[in-house]
Amino acid sequence: MGMATDTQFHVLAVDDSLIDRKLIERLLKTSSYQVTTVDSGIKALEFLGLQDDERNDTNSPSLSPDHHQEIEVNLIITDYCMPGMTGYDLLKKIKTSSSLRDIPVVIMSSENVPSRINRCLEEGAEEFFLKPVQLADVNRLKPHLLKRKTRDESHVQTPSPLQQQQQQQQQQQDQQFLQQQPQPQQSNNNKRKALDEALSPERTRPRYNGITTVV
Amino acid sequence: MDVVLLQRRFSEYLTSLFNEGFLDEQFKQLQELQDENSPDFVFEVVTLFFEDSERLLNELAKALVQPSIDFQKVDAHVHQLKGSSSSIGAGRVKDVCIHFRNFCEEQNIEGCLRCMQQIKHEYSLVKNKLENLFRLEQQVIQAGG
Repeated sequence: MGMATDTQFHVLAVDDSLIDRKLIERLLKTSSYQVTTVDSGIKALEFLGLQDDERNDTNSPSLSPDHHQEIEVNLIITDYCMPGMTGYDLLKKIKTSSSLRDIPVVIMSSENVPSRINRCLEEGAEEFFLKPVQLADVNRLKPHLLKRKTRDESHVQTPSPLQQQQQQQQQQQDQQFLQQQPQPQQSNNNKRKALDEALSPERTRPRYNGITTVV
Repeated sequence: MDVVLLQRRFSEYLTSLFNEGFLDEQFKQLQELQDENSPDFVFEVVTLFFEDSERLLNELAKALVQPSIDFQKVDAHVHQLKGSSSSIGAGRVKDVCIHFRNFCEEQNIEGCLRCMQQIKHEYSLVKNKLENLFRLEQQVIQAGG
């Protein structure tokens, strides 16, 4: 089971700027993700099929109760600064929704404001990307997606500490295994391939190892 | 003209745009994202940048002639322009936007008006340069390159 045979990960990208939507869409597609783009937080929630009763904001337009998420979203990447619902508001809505809270959220912003970054990370964002987003940033998404997958496969019961340890080891082995697999040939752009290879150690940044077992 | 010669002209022109600061590293990222799946990616994104910038420059011009200037509104427009110029790598436009936003914060009318002139100037320069660049690229393609 290498990455080549995995089903494509589906990313929902949220940005009010058309240029930036084009850019993030291209960045993600080049990295073999399936992408849906929307131009506002409200539309993102609609796409995710967030139910009325899960919303704490009565100003939002109501959704039909049978509107359910049809395609699974594996990750949400959203701009911070948007009119109406900001990326931070969207993050909070997702993290307080019982049906959506497990979807990893990544925030993008053109401004490097440490308090803003910390606020987002405290609220449960996985990463904070400074805009314009680069291919190197997109390469940092994979660990969050793989981590989520491992969790989904073993969520039946709360594991004991020993099981947790084993699970963690297994996860690390999985990641190593995945890295050793030859990457599918996506394009003949050697420059990009070289960039990918140069950045692959990012995927095992120790900071994120084991987070699955904490939750 | 010879393809090789045209290609050289194109790449020399592009280099000059980087050297003079009209374009920055981000433009190279755009070029890297252009492949057989999206052969016109750079052109498409840059065209969106032209449309967006012209809309914002109009809005800015209107906002700055009001008897009482709404600096928050001006700042919001400049913020958008800064975002789109940095996304396509129009370095000099982006730099003026940064100064412009500082003047908005200080509510410095004169500074804002000066930046408005600079931004119009820098925008028309980079637009012209990018159009030249695309023309050279077309010539390369037409010559079979």
